[in-house]
Amino acid sequence: MEKQNFKAFLYLLPALIFLGVFLVYPLIDVFVYSFEEGYSSASQSYFGIGFYNYSYVLHDPYFTRALINTFILVIVTVPLSTGIALLIAFALTRIEKLRSLFQTIYFLPYVTNTLAVGMVFMVLFKETPYSEGFVNMLIHMVGGEGVDFIEGPYWAKMFVLCFYTIWIVMPFKILILTSALASVNPIYYDAARVDGTKPWRIFTKITLPLISPSLFYLVITGFIGGFKAYSDAVALFGTNLNSAGMNTMVGYVFDMLYRDGGGYPSYASAAAILLFAIILTITVINLIVSKKHVHYS
Amino acid sequence: MKKKKPFTWIFLILWAVIVLFPFYWMVLTSLKDYGAYNAEYIPQFFTANPTLENYRIAFTEVDLGRYLLNTVIFTVITTGVMIFVTILAAFAFARLNFTGKNILFTLFLALMMIPNELVVITNFQTITSWNLRNTFAGLILPSITSVFYIYLLRENFAQIPDSLYYAAKIDGTSDWRYLWKVMVPICMPTVVTITILKVIESWNLYIWPSLITDNPKYYLVSNGIQQLRESGFGRANIPAMMAAVVIISIPLIVLFLIYRKQIMSGVVRGGTKG
Repeated sequence: MEKQNFKAFLYLLPALIFLGVFLVYPLIDVFVYSFEEGYSSASQSYFGIGFYNYSYVLHDPYFTRALINTFILVIVTVPLSTGIALLIAFALTRIEKLRSLFQTIYFLPYVTNTLAVGMVFMVLFKETPYSEGFVNMLIHMVGGEGVDFIEGPYWAKMFVLCFYTIWIVMPFKILILTSALASVNPIYYDAARVDGTKPWRIFTKITLPLISPSLFYLVITGFIGGFKAYSDAVALFGTNLNSAGMNTMVGYVFDMLYRDGGGYPSYASAAAILLFAIILTITVINLIVSKKHVHYS
Repeated sequence: MKKKKPFTWIFLILWAVIVLFPFYWMVLTSLKDYGAYNAEYIPQFFTANPTLENYRIAFTEVDLGRYLLNTVIFTVITTGVMIFVTILAAFAFARLNFTGKNILFTLFLALMMIPNELVVITNFQTITSWNLRNTFAGLILPSITSVFYIYLLRENFAQIPDSLYYAAKIDGTSDWRYLWKVMVPICMPTVVTITILKVIESWNLYIWPSLITDNPKYYLVSNGIQQLRESGFGRANIPAMMAAVVIISIPLIVLFLIYRKQIMSGVVRGGTKG
């Protein structure tokens, strides 16, 4: 077949320009930045090449804080949200009436603005001298001690952040697992029933292996998304996350780049590259683990 | 043989309440009078005297109308240009025959793995050096590319039988006409899916606009909301903030209720978040 080189080039040109300028060039540039020591946005000059930016970032207590916060967030939310989503998706298969209504409701957080609904969560969890707030009202009702979840102790703030993150990521997970469960061939269940297999055994020996690719997909995307958490924290605690002690790694990158104390693209780049080295490592570990446990038919 | 499953139902209803409650609370609070809201130490679940005053405040004391308009402009242009660029590129990969096609396509696929956070730093510098901060061009340009949608549409284009193309060729139809008159209409469901996903993404975009705009004239809704949170109508007017939150949330919820099927199947095929 004849080649249509020039025509293909024209069709691809817009995509190539956009991708080149805003994706490929920046990818190379971010590595360059991360090694340029003492780069200043104002003079656009630097005085050396080396690992100083990485060393600075790794010794910055704000970075350590962001790293710890992000790890806690990921370790808490990924297993919890995936587990609850599996329970919900499984419960959905057991009912027929109202299933579509439930599915619609469960999907709502996906189409909401993270910043906007985050403000609602802030109002629900906040305790001020004039108003105890909804969540503290519940706590008082069961006889507990109230606490300000937004500006109070660290564990309380972490709790809200995890709770809100789970609330936000659930729609995606429920949807993926619902469609995975729906695609399991009912013939397996019929066969198991004929053999008199116990429900729990059916679940662990048939359902779980058959939906394991979806579960695994959710774990991977969950880890990646969790490490990139930022807007939810801003929604709850405001833009000055460092002083709230609730910064995330992505937040650290952007604070270095732009916000108060910003203007350090080199530190930002070094932090961004460290972040993605971590994400890459975790993803590779996930892939290796999955080889053993995921059943691809 | 019909069994009652009380635990299943309780569990499902419980989660539905957790999902819906914040929505109920924002609407409820937005209808409360400012004075009445501040007078209640224990939050009330109902309000005896609903008022629309907060909505008036939300539109008059801050420029919420402008933020909405900005977001609509931003969303329409970004999505429109993105769809156009995506269709052209997907067509080239699916239909045309050119040197280095496979290598280029593999490179495209590799680009899908690059997270946005990694390239934002340089894009910020680029847009700043082009003097495009606080402009629509600065907001829109880096938000257009989406390798994944090119991939998704190419896969769909590739399913159209070749015979259709040759038939059109014999009739003397140009590639350009064939693309817009045959391929795009056939793949309309995918195009609609991509459009909707991009609209949702654009409407909720926060990080890039927060970096590139510090002039409220160019704020998108996310930045507007953030601004409200920090300066809160001057006096921590929670009911007015909730009114703003309701206004900002409505467009996407309406869109979702209309295109529920397309959105949910689209997210299964290509959504992320979480």
